[in-house]
Amino acid sequence: MFYRTHVLVEMTSSSVAFGAAQVKEALEREIERVGLKNEVKVLETGSFGASLPSPFVVIYPDNVIYAPLRVQDVRRVVEEHLLKGRVVRELMLAGGLEWKTSEFAFPFPLAKETRVVLRNSGFIDPLNIEDYIARDGYMALAKVLTEMTPQEVIEVIKRSNLLGRGGAGFPTGLKWEFTYKAEGQEKYVVCNADEGEPGTFKDRLILEGDPHSILEAMAIAGYAVGAREGYIYVRAEYPQSIRHLEEAIRQAGEYGFLGENILGSQFSFWVKIRKGAGAYVCGEETALLESIEGKRGEPRVKPPYPPQKGLWGKPTVINNVETLANIPPIILRGPEWFKSIGTPTCPGTKVFTLTGNVNNLGLIEVPMGITLRELIFEIGGGVRGGHGLKLVQTGGPSGGTMTPDLLDVPMTFDTLPKYNSALGSGALTVVDDTHCIVDVVKSFGEFFLHESCGKCTPCRIGNKRIVEILEKISEGKGTLDHLEELLHLGRNMKMTAFCGLGQAAPNPLLRCLEFFREEFETHVKEKVCPAGTCQLKSLQRTVR
Amino acid sequence: MAKTLKEMEKAKEKANLVTIYLDGKEAKVPEGITILEACRMEGFHVPTLCYMEGLSSWGGCRICVVEVEGQPNLVASCVTPVREGMKIRLSSRAVREARKTNLELLLSNHPLDCQLCDRNGSCELQELAYEFGVREIRFGGERKTYAVDMSSPSVKRDANRCILCGRCVRTCREVQSVCAIDFANRGFDTFISPSLGLPLGESVCINCGQCILACPTGALSEVSHVEMVWDAIEDPGKFVVLQTAPAVRVSIGEPFGLPAGTVTTGKMVAAFRRLGFDRVFDTNFTADLTIIEEGHEFIGRVKKGGKLPLITSCSPGWIKFMEHFYPELMENVSTCKSPQQMFGAIAKTYYAQKMGIDPKDMVVVSIMPCTAKKFECQRDEMCASGYQDVDFSLTTREAARMLKEKGIRLEEMPEENFDDPLGISTGAAAVFGATGGVMEAALRSVYEISTGKTLEKLDFYQVRGLDGVKEASLEINGMEVNVAVAHGLGNARRLLDQVKAGNSKYHFIEIMACPGGCIGGGGQPIPTNLEIRMKRIAAIYEVDKNLPLRKSHENPAIKKLYEEFLGEPNGEKAHHLLHTHYMPRERI
Ligand SMILES: Cc1cc2nc3c(=O)[nH]c(=O)nc-3n(C[C@H](O)[C@H](O)[C@H](O)COP(=O)(O)O)c2cc1C
Ligand code: SF4
Ligand code: SF4
Repeated sequence: MFYRTHVLVEMTSSSVAFGAAQVKEALEREIERVGLKNEVKVLETGSFGASLPSPFVVIYPDNVIYAPLRVQDVRRVVEEHLLKGRVVRELMLAGGLEWKTSEFAFPFPLAKETRVVLRNSGFIDPLNIEDYIARDGYMALAKVLTEMTPQEVIEVIKRSNLLGRGGAGFPTGLKWEFTYKAEGQEKYVVCNADEGEPGTFKDRLILEGDPHSILEAMAIAGYAVGAREGYIYVRAEYPQSIRHLEEAIRQAGEYGFLGENILGSQFSFWVKIRKGAGAYVCGEETALLESIEGKRGEPRVKPPYPPQKGLWGKPTVINNVETLANIPPIILRGPEWFKSIGTPTCPGTKVFTLTGNVNNLGLIEVPMGITLRELIFEIGGGVRGGHGLKLVQTGGPSGGTMTPDLLDVPMTFDTLPKYNSALGSGALTVVDDTHCIVDVVKSFGEFFLHESCGKCTPCRIGNKRIVEILEKISEGKGTLDHLEELLHLGRNMKMTAFCGLGQAAPNPLLRCLEFFREEFETHVKEKVCPAGTCQLKSLQRTVR
Repeated sequence: MAKTLKEMEKAKEKANLVTIYLDGKEAKVPEGITILEACRMEGFHVPTLCYMEGLSSWGGCRICVVEVEGQPNLVASCVTPVREGMKIRLSSRAVREARKTNLELLLSNHPLDCQLCDRNGSCELQELAYEFGVREIRFGGERKTYAVDMSSPSVKRDANRCILCGRCVRTCREVQSVCAIDFANRGFDTFISPSLGLPLGESVCINCGQCILACPTGALSEVSHVEMVWDAIEDPGKFVVLQTAPAVRVSIGEPFGLPAGTVTTGKMVAAFRRLGFDRVFDTNFTADLTIIEEGHEFIGRVKKGGKLPLITSCSPGWIKFMEHFYPELMENVSTCKSPQQMFGAIAKTYYAQKMGIDPKDMVVVSIMPCTAKKFECQRDEMCASGYQDVDFSLTTREAARMLKEKGIRLEEMPEENFDDPLGISTGAAAVFGATGGVMEAALRSVYEISTGKTLEKLDFYQVRGLDGVKEASLEINGMEVNVAVAHGLGNARRLLDQVKAGNSKYHFIEIMACPGGCIGGGGQPIPTNLEIRMKRIAAIYEVDKNLPLRKSHENPAIKKLYEEFLGEPNGEKAHHLLHTHYMPRERI
C-alpha cells in the first residue's frame, strides 16, 4: 500500500501530555470518515526539536506544519487540507512558511531536496491565484509575451536541455520546434496528466498544489508553437486535481492570464479539461489523443508523430505535467540556472516516489544524477526490516529492473537505457530479498496482461502466455523449455509490439531471466523456491 | 488508405522518388508510400493479415514485420513509410521468427478444427500457417470461448474464430459508414461486438455482408439456408422454383476453379436443374419488370411533380441503411420491390395460377450475390401472395457448396436454357449486376417510353466503372435529366447529404450498398477484391452485349405478363404485388 500523504505526529512524553495521542486518534478517525484511509497515513515520529509548540503535526510532502494542533481543529485540517488541498493558514505554526522544515530532525533527510517543480506545492493556497502571483506566478508568461518572440522561447527551452518527464525523456525544446515548424493554422497544446504508473502521484501533487503553474506553462507553450487551445487530459480518478484545475482556469480567465488577448497582447489561449478513461495505455500520447477525440484509447501508427499530426490531425505538443512545471522557472531564471542542477546531459530535478520494502516511503524532488544508493539508503532509510536488496524497479512496470550491482548508476534519462533500464516517471519500487523472483516477475506480467489494449498480437496474447507459464513454474510444473519460451515470447514482444507499452512490458522479465537465472532454474529443476515465498514452498512442505 | 498497384504506379509518375534497398536490391519508389506498398511494386511478397486493400492500415497483427537497418525493433511494413536510403530486410532470421511466433500466438487462441469451418480452403490464417510451416503451437494456453451470435437474419458471428484483425470493423466504418461493429473490452479479453453489446440482429447492421468478404477466417459468414433448401428439394410435396440473380452467373464459376469473369449462365442452369429444382428461372426476368415499374414511376413523378430525385430500391442493404440513417428521404425512394421480391410475388400468383399449383405448396428459392436478401425476404411486408413470397435465399457461396455436396461439377456441365416464361430476359436486366446497371437499364427504357423514339446509343459509359460516385445527363423531351450512381454506402452518403440539404441537382439516383454493385455483394465467392470485381463487371457487360434484346420494355414475356395478368404498369394489381413501403428505424 502506498500513500500520497503522510501526517507526522510528534509523539514524545511531553507532547503526549499536551494531547498528541488524542490528536493522532482524531486524525485517523477523520481521515477514515472522509474516505482517505487508503491515501493518507498517520505516523508517529520522534521529537522534531526542543521548545516547539505541541501537539506538533507535519503534513508531508506538503511540508505544512500545524502546531499546536488541538483535537477540535483536526476535522478542519482533514477536510480542508487533506481533502480539498487548501492549507488552513490560521492553524499553521506562526511564520509557518519561513520555517525550514529540513532543519528539523525529519524522518526523511531532506538535505538533498531541491524544489523546482514542487516549488509551490504545500506553500500556497492552490485555490487562490493571488498566492501564485505572489510567488512570481505568471511572470514568465508576461515575460514571453512582452519581451520574447516564439523562436526565442523555443531557443531558451532548447538551450536548457529540458528532457520530457513523461517517461521517454525526449528534448522538450525540439518537440516545440517541430510543432512550431509544422504547417497549419490550427495547433494544440496537450498536457498529459494521465499518470497511470502504479504508485506514482507526482503529477497529481503538482496539479492539486500548484495548478496555475501548469496553466502558465501551457500558455507559454501555446505562444511558442502557435496554438490557441490547450487540453489537459486528467485521469478521472483525480477529482480533486480536476476541481483545482477548473477553479484555476476560472481565476486565470478572470485575471486575464487565459482567454482573448492575454495581458493586452495579440496572443489568445484557452484551456479545456478532458477526463481520462483510466486505462494505462491512454497515457501513451497517441492513445491519449484518440481518447480526447472520443475514440477507443488505442495507440496510433507513428509516424506521423503528434508535432506533425496530433489532435484532430493538427500539429500538437504533448507534455507531461512535471515537464511543464519546469517551464516558468526556466523562462524566469534562464537555461544556465537550469543546467546548473543535475547532470550536463540531463539537467534539472526529478521527482521520485519511493515505494515497496523501504523504510521511508514517500516522494521527493532531487537533482538528476542522484544514485539509487543515495535514494534508497539515505533518503529511503534503507531496506525495511534489515533485509537485503533484491531489485529496484525504476519507472514502474514498464521502466527497468535495477539489480544490486547497479546501485551507483546515476539516475538520468541517458544513463539508464545503457543498463536496459529506464527512468520513466520516477517511481522506484524496492523489493527485498525475501521475495521470490517468479512472483515478482509474475506481478509485473499480470499488470501488463491487465493493461494491454488488445490491438496487437504479441502483447495481447504474449502477455497472457507469459503469465500462464510463470504460473506453471510457481506451481512446480515448470521446465527448462518454459524458460526458453519465456525468453522467446519476451523478445518477440519487445521486437514486434505496436506501442511503447508492449515494447517495454517484457523488460523486467528479460532482465530477471538473465540476472536471476539460477533462481529460475532452481524452480524448474528442483521444484524449490529459494526465497521460500512462492507457491512452491508450500508444495514442498506437503510433499515431504 | 491502402493503395492499389495502379494508384501507386500513377503516384510514381508524379511524386518525388526515394531510393530504398529491399534485401539489398536498389529500388526507386514514390515518397510517402509504405514499405509494404513499395515491396508490392517491386515484386516482393510480404505476408499480411490485418492489412486490406481499400481500407486504412492498422498495423495490429504484426505479421508483415520487416527489419529496417538502424532500428532496434522490427516495424510493420503496412504502416511504415519509406525513407530515403532505407535498408530493409525482408527475409532475415529475425523477421521469419517474429512472423511465425505472432502467427503461432494467434493460432494458440484459435480453434484448430479447420475441417469443420466454413472457410476451410479459403482461410488466410490456414494458408499462412501452411506457408510458414507451422507444425505445432509452441505457446498453448487458455483459449477464449464465446457464444455464436445467430441473431441476425444474414450474418453469423463466431467470435471463437476471430483473430481481431479489425478488417470487418474498418470495412463497416470506412466503406459502409454504418459502424455497426467495433472492438469491445481490452487486452486478452478483446472481442468484436455491435455497439452496446447488443446482438447483431438488433443493431444498425444493414446485413450487407461486406464484413464477411473482409474476414480472413471463418469468424463471419452468412446465416445458412442450405438445410432448408435441401429439405424443400427433397420433399415430393413441394414445387421448388429457383431464381438466380444477374451477378451470380459471372461469379459462381470461381469456386469451381474457373477464372474470375467467366460467364457461366448455361452451365449454371444445368447444374441447378440437376440439383433438383423443379424450375430454374431467372431474377433477370423481374429485373426487366422492375425497370418497367420504376421507369413508369419516374416518368409519373416527373409529369406530376412528384418527389425527386427518385432513388432506386433494389438493394436491401441500402434500404435498411436509409431506414436507419436517412428516414427523411423515405419518400424519395422508389416504392418498387427489388427483383427478388417481384419474382416471388409473381411466381406465387401468376405462375402458380398458370400451372394450377397451390402457392402454399410452392417454395421459391433465390441464389443471390447478397446476404441482405435473406433479411429482405423475411420482411413482414414481403407476403403479397398471401405467403412469404421468397422462402429461402442462398448466397452464391452456399449455392456452390450445395453443388459440391451433390458432386455436381459446374465446369463440366452442358449449356442449358432457363425455363419459360420466368426465364426470359434482356441485356438491360443483365447489367443490374454491376454498379450503374439499374440506371443504364432505366435510361434505355425511360427514354424510349417517354419519347417514342429509338435510342441510338445503348451504352451509358459514364455510369459504368468503379468510381465511387458517377453522373450523367440525358435530354428527354427537352428536359435535361441528371442522374447519379453511387455504390458502397460511404460513397452514397455524399449524394444523400445533398438531397437532404435540398441542393441535389439530380433527378434520378441509383444506390447499391456494395462496392461494385451486386457483383461485389457480401454473398459472393471469397476472395472478392478490386481486381476480381473488375473482371466480373466486364463479364456482366459481355452478357448484355450478347443478348438479342437489350431493353426491358422489349421483353416479350414481360409484355405478356401485363397483358394476361397485371394490366397497366403502376396499376392497381402491380401496386399490390410489386410495390412496398418502408419504416424508420432507430440509429442504435
Ligand atoms: C504505455 C505508456 C503509458 C504512458 N503513460 C504516460 C503517463 O501516464 N503520463 C505521461 O506524462 N506520459 C506517459 N507516457 C509517455 C507519453 O507517451 C509521452 O511520451 C509523454 O506524454 C510526452 O511528454 P514529455 O515529453 O513531457 O515527457 C506513456 C507512454 C506509454 C508508452
Ligand atoms: S503493445 Fe499492442 S496490445 Fe499492447 S498496449 Fe500497445 S498497441 Fe495495445
Ligand atoms: S453486414 Fe455490413 S453493416 Fe452489417 S456489420 Fe457487416 S459490414 Fe457492417
